[in-house]
Amino acid sequence: MKAKHGFFTSLKCRECGRHYPTEALHVCEFCFGPLEVDYDYGLIKTVLTRAKIASRPTNMWRYRELLPIEGEPTIGFQVGFTPLVRADRLAKRLGLREVWVKNDTVNYPTLSFKDRVVSVALSRARELGFEIVACASTGNLANSVAANAASGGLKSYVFIPADLETGKVLGSLVYGTNVIGIRGTYDQVNRLCSEIAGKYGWAFVNVNIRPYYAEGSKAMGYEIIEQLGWRLPDHVVVPMAGGSLITKIHKSFKEFVKLGLVDDHQYSIHGAQAEGCAPIVNAMKAGADIIKPVNKPQTIVKSLAIGNPADGFYSIQTMRQTGGWAENPNDEEVVAGIRLLAETEGIFAETAGGTTVAATQRLVNAGRIKPGESLVLCITGHGLKTQEAVANKCGEAQVIGPHLHEFSALLDK
Amino acid sequence: MPINVRIPTPLRKLTKDKDIVQASGATIQEIIDSLEKQYPGLKERICDERGELRRFVNVYLNDEDIRFAQGKGTLVKDGDEISVIPAIAGG
Repeated sequence: MKAKHGFFTSLKCRECGRHYPTEALHVCEFCFGPLEVDYDYGLIKTVLTRAKIASRPTNMWRYRELLPIEGEPTIGFQVGFTPLVRADRLAKRLGLREVWVKNDTVNYPTLSFKDRVVSVALSRARELGFEIVACASTGNLANSVAANAASGGLKSYVFIPADLETGKVLGSLVYGTNVIGIRGTYDQVNRLCSEIAGKYGWAFVNVNIRPYYAEGSKAMGYEIIEQLGWRLPDHVVVPMAGGSLITKIHKSFKEFVKLGLVDDHQYSIHGAQAEGCAPIVNAMKAGADIIKPVNKPQTIVKSLAIGNPADGFYSIQTMRQTGGWAENPNDEEVVAGIRLLAETEGIFAETAGGTTVAATQRLVNAGRIKPGESLVLCITGHGLKTQEAVANKCGEAQVIGPHLHEFSALLDK
Repeated sequence: MPINVRIPTPLRKLTKDKDIVQASGATIQEIIDSLEKQYPGLKERICDERGELRRFVNVYLNDEDIRFAQGKGTLVKDGDEISVIPAIAGG
């Protein structure tokens, strides 16, 4: 163990509790359980205060004692601290009093929450001596790895399903990365990457660097608490693909309570997936512990189309423990959700955001979120990346000649 | 008839660093038992106390997740390839 600051101490198996050194490891050799970073919370409690956090630059590294790198971040120092928007117009449409949008559509530099996990993963990968970084991705992660690797001078390979949205493919290519399109589903890409990671000694951010990578998502939760004025909301709705984000939001809340940075308060965390690929929601609704993978996802929500979610089991635990629920709106509701958020709050979210809004609508309709309760929506990616989803569904431009009378006639119609 | 089984990195200490090993059997269950005979300790890594596949272990038969087939009862035949892969995160 050579951690310079000593705040994170080991990797620990979530299933059997065995400890491992803080290297590029992700799976327990004994039971295959996922490894998670373990911290010295006693030590962190002696140094991390609200005042100290507030004195630091407005990026996710203001919570650095709770993020698993040893030295200073070398990649992605500007990431995070995205706006928490008070969404009164959306609240009115939903029939609620207090709604907030955690707006990671404007996260730096690639407009999705993935910049959070990638800045931790690549900073850590560099500390561990890697020069080539890679990922399996449904698009957003590929964009973020490509951009952040470029800015850090690292060579990168990103592996994606070959049929992704044009914007997401171009949004990786432009950074000069190696984009490998796989003819298959995300789960097939994932499996291939697992084998590639075993063969070549690269830093796969969501394979062998995963324990560090996943911790980056916690910053979204810390920011929600701080931006709400150091309090916990009553409800949070989070999109689920592999299910990591929802578990890390929960972890971030529990950590802030444990460290005395926020008063404990009962909150519910709810999860959203699209109907065409909802293995976690299906298991939650069936009261099951075992997640039946979806073999062939069929939805416009490609960023959430993971048929075999690695953190599905823990996502269900998160929702059950907090009294949350799960919803799986269909593609039509997703498009309506994108438009509702755009038309009420001026925020253009990608399909995962539409899924989150649409799932929220269902939760409100079912009485699971009550009118007087506070709610935060985690909106994780920008709509310009998935334009195909809403093309021809928002009307068309009204084309006229460059003449005042034509415009006047248009207005009078 | 021997069938090739791809072994993931975390298990290679048990297989003397071999990434592909051979096993025989007519079903996935028999293949697992055959692996255990050759590499004692391997079965308890991928199966729990009740003999069920552990939650975070995926087994593929020729690119198909065996949970979409008959699980451990899935039939295997000569020339098939089996991969054991840990679950990994989203993206």
